[in-house]
Amino acid sequence: MNIEQIRSDFPILDQELYGKPLVYLDNAATTQKPQCVIDAVRSYYEKDNSNIHRGVHTLSERATAAYEASRETIRSFFNAKSTKEVIFTRGATESINLIASSWGRANITKGDEILITHMEHHSNIVPWQMLCEHTGAVLKVVPMNEAGELDMNAFTSLLSERTKLFGVVHMSNALGTINPIETMIKQAHAVGAVVLVDGAQAAAHMAVDVQALDVDFYVTSAHKMYGPTGVGVLIAKEVLLEAMPPYQGGGDMILMVTFEKTQYNDLPHKFEAGTPNIAGVIGFGEAIKYIQSIGLDKIAVREKVLLDYATSQAELFEGLRQIGTARDKACVLSFVLKGVHPHDLGTILDREAVAIRAGHHCAMPVMQFYKVPATARASFSIYNTEAEVDALFAALSKARDMFA
Amino acid sequence: MFSLGDLYKQVIIDHTKSPRNFGKLEPCNHDAEGYNPLCGDQLHVYLQINDSDIIEGITFEGQGCSISTASASLMTEGLKGKSIANFEILFEAFHKMATADLSDQPNQDVLGKLAVLAGVKEFPSRIKCATLCWHTVKSAIQDADKTARTE
Repeated sequence: MNIEQIRSDFPILDQELYGKPLVYLDNAATTQKPQCVIDAVRSYYEKDNSNIHRGVHTLSERATAAYEASRETIRSFFNAKSTKEVIFTRGATESINLIASSWGRANITKGDEILITHMEHHSNIVPWQMLCEHTGAVLKVVPMNEAGELDMNAFTSLLSERTKLFGVVHMSNALGTINPIETMIKQAHAVGAVVLVDGAQAAAHMAVDVQALDVDFYVTSAHKMYGPTGVGVLIAKEVLLEAMPPYQGGGDMILMVTFEKTQYNDLPHKFEAGTPNIAGVIGFGEAIKYIQSIGLDKIAVREKVLLDYATSQAELFEGLRQIGTARDKACVLSFVLKGVHPHDLGTILDREAVAIRAGHHCAMPVMQFYKVPATARASFSIYNTEAEVDALFAALSKARDMFA
Repeated sequence: MFSLGDLYKQVIIDHTKSPRNFGKLEPCNHDAEGYNPLCGDQLHVYLQINDSDIIEGITFEGQGCSISTASASLMTEGLKGKSIANFEILFEAFHKMATADLSDQPNQDVLGKLAVLAGVKEFPSRIKCATLCWHTVKSAIQDADKTARTE
């Protein structure tokens, strides 16, 4: 793998901030976009822009073909059984809200239990709290240990015939932990629960085969996998989607409307009301092709090398406490530095042109668990280098010295 | 171009490391909670205001970044012994300083030592860190029940 070649695919990386080369280490928040994705979006607007699924004119046919080709690309990437199982949304958050709203309200009643974990992103907590409030169901939480790994014994004992849905993050954005979803899906299925896996953080880093996993709902966002913001996907078993009522009503999701009755459209269109983010979906498809052109297996190996390098530096760095030291983790170095608040770190590093995230990472319960108000988080991607890791630690030294 | 040193002046580092007037206040007849959801900065201010509307005592507790801690520490020093009317003037002057155009000079006559925080205006994401404590004192004086925010 030629890192220089990969870096040159991302035009944004070639710039200086405050006279120093940009070191972008906030990939868990959003990744940068390769030229091919930018070109695909641009080319769509320059040559094919039109509404889809309705026009008989050439542009509309081209736009529809490109949009549906992306659906096939994404189906194949996640090995979904058919494109009927691939629903485009605004992102992982909307995908989860779709499930909570549509599947949840049709299937959850008082006394049922929704099981999630302590390391969920707010987007996989709040929709379930809202559903529980609405239905009288109970939200249960799988605890985790100090390393940031789920307590599998507790998970087993929390599962019961009352558990209707188990929602789990594939890879934690705050800790980097990769959860053993294969085992967890099997165990949850054994008590009759359906399983939702939040793949927003994971999907750019490891291969996901939804059929092999036998996962019921898998969600992710394009922008964390080199694609545009404002677009994501819900991949779900057809049998579940068929039984679910529509999430939103409007154009495109109908076959026939009269004032007396509306006949809903077939999958996947039943869940795609209104004009979608056509350019975003096309860009998403291109981003997936970009990942495929490098190969997820190679990406995983390279990112592991980089994380190991960063981790070894972190272990040597005086006053640094890593938050999240799971055995199985990827691409995220979350930490606090003695004597320097994460937000000050964020500002100081920024002036060294090192972009990291400081905050609660939309995972406040994780912060509460570690009794920290916030952490600093460096998160890596395929275009990051060892030299950039060095720049991070040089900037951290500077911050430490300022407050010494 | 503003440099980091314009924000993290030695006075600020000093107040971060040893905040003044830190802890609960006894007696205390006004208090309020402040919270910045973006950063997680959280602080509580305690005031003792006498019948002549003079702030006789003021302390704070909480956790936050360097800017929010130093700002609260400097604020408590600046407000002790001042009248409510004086607080209003300082509040306005501080707010103006933190959100002013880069070329504007802070009103040193009114702000005194507080002018050391003028550098935050160059760091938009940090302005709220500096102003949170002021909003919280305002809530405390008004006996507002709600947690103070910087919006």
